Amino acid sequence: MTVEELAPESRPHLLRGVKLKNDQVRKTWVLLAPERYLRLNAISVDILQRCDGDAALSTIVDDLAEKYSADRTLIERDVRSLLNSLLEKRMLGL
Amino acid sequence: MTTQTAPQVSAQVSNQVPVQAPALQPPSAMLAELTYRCPLACPYCSNPLQMGGRETEMPTEAWQDIFTQAAALGVLHVHMSGGEPASRRDLRELVAHCAGLGLYTNLITSGVGLTKASFAELAAAGLDHVQLSIQDAEAKSADWIGGYEGGFAKKLEVASWVAEEGLPLTINAVIHRANVARAADMVDFAVRLGARRIEIAHTQYYGWALHNRAHLMPTREQSEKAYAEVEERRIRYKGQIVIDHVAPDYHAKFPKACMSGWGRMSMNVTPQGKVLPCHAAETIPGLEFWNAREKSLAEIWASSPGFNAYRGDDWMQEPCRSCERKAVDFGGCRCQAMALVGDAAACDPICSKSPRHNLIAEIAARDSAEEVAGFTPRRIERAREKSPV
Repeated sequence: MTVEELAPESRPHLLRGVKLKNDQVRKTWVLLAPERYLRLNAISVDILQRCDGDAALSTIVDDLAEKYSADRTLIERDVRSLLNSLLEKRMLGL
Repeated sequence: MTTQTAPQVSAQVSNQVPVQAPALQPPSAMLAELTYRCPLACPYCSNPLQMGGRETEMPTEAWQDIFTQAAALGVLHVHMSGGEPASRRDLRELVAHCAGLGLYTNLITSGVGLTKASFAELAAAGLDHVQLSIQDAEAKSADWIGGYEGGFAKKLEVASWVAEEGLPLTINAVIHRANVARAADMVDFAVRLGARRIEIAHTQYYGWALHNRAHLMPTREQSEKAYAEVEERRIRYKGQIVIDHVAPDYHAKFPKACMSGWGRMSMNVTPQGKVLPCHAAETIPGLEFWNAREKSLAEIWASSPGFNAYRGDDWMQEPCRSCERKAVDFGGCRCQAMALVGDAAACDPICSKSPRHNLIAEIAARDSAEEVAGFTPRRIERAREKSPV
């Protein structure tokens, strides 16, 4: 088995058993995964809601750069940083 | 984008809540011990030595009511455990109920008692994750440790069903003297099974494990070798499998942050409905725990005397009270302090700052020199007491 690497044409998606949840008790979004959860800030939620297995990484970055009127390079760096950390945790597929 | 809006996955809440005068956080996890019945007889089981049988167990509706309350209280993960949860005939109904509430549902199983059809039903009912135990990386030893002929082969079968369903799989392996030489092999084995995650847990000495300690304790050299070999796998398999490594307590310098702090994040519910901060909490004499069949879960979480006994740091003695690590490890484990030095409020003697720390090296050296073969297999006594429920 080889470890997957992010490319512009990758189509990231949360693996089965990894779920976004809007937690009404804590008033925050969380990412539920096997035996752990992560609290998410608003932009992480924005990124992960776009990781539907259809959209390519480059499209996700374009979309967010437009939404936040921000530099594409910076957006891409941040998106890759989040997605790579989830790949390492075995929470994301490409 | 500014750095303030940079995406960040924050750490779990565990490091963010101050120990002193803590605001009570909602529980994030519930360990639901559906039954103590189990076809295996692992000598390190964390269940109590005295266990109630089937006739003392809560019915389906009582568990469903507890799960409904748990979701409202903020529980995110329900870990269905036991005993062997597949021994319950209503497991599918309980999984479906939790899934309907949006609870993340984890099945902690030996695999024995599941069939391909019953597992497919659990997956269809909304099961999110499977944690499958293995006793060793080779069949003969594994079946001997678990006291169940054919158990190892069954686990291979169950792992293949999990993979076919596409559900995430965690392998759980408890390490002790009879399998310590193969701790790293078990990581290799889990990778071959397609597991996303493995827990390599050096035995924690509570329940049956404490009872059988003299037959389970590895030598320091064995523990350290196994630990290093598993850590090497962490690098080798980066991105393939996540390794959660529970260090051997008796060979550590600092205690574990047991349960991430007493009554801070999670609760255990026994087959009879008693709500506890951890598996072993009832080994501490004089604590009053409440039952979910008599009081609401919210009331128990906020006000049960047993839960409040070791929250915050008012209960701490020296050297914990003035220790800079008290927000890191919360003074270690209350049940271990009780079991080893006879005072649940004392510093966990695993800590090198404990005045009783010498005791640990003495026990570890003495117990690791014993014969391995003579342990008492876990079992529910035939002559059961009627549980008060």
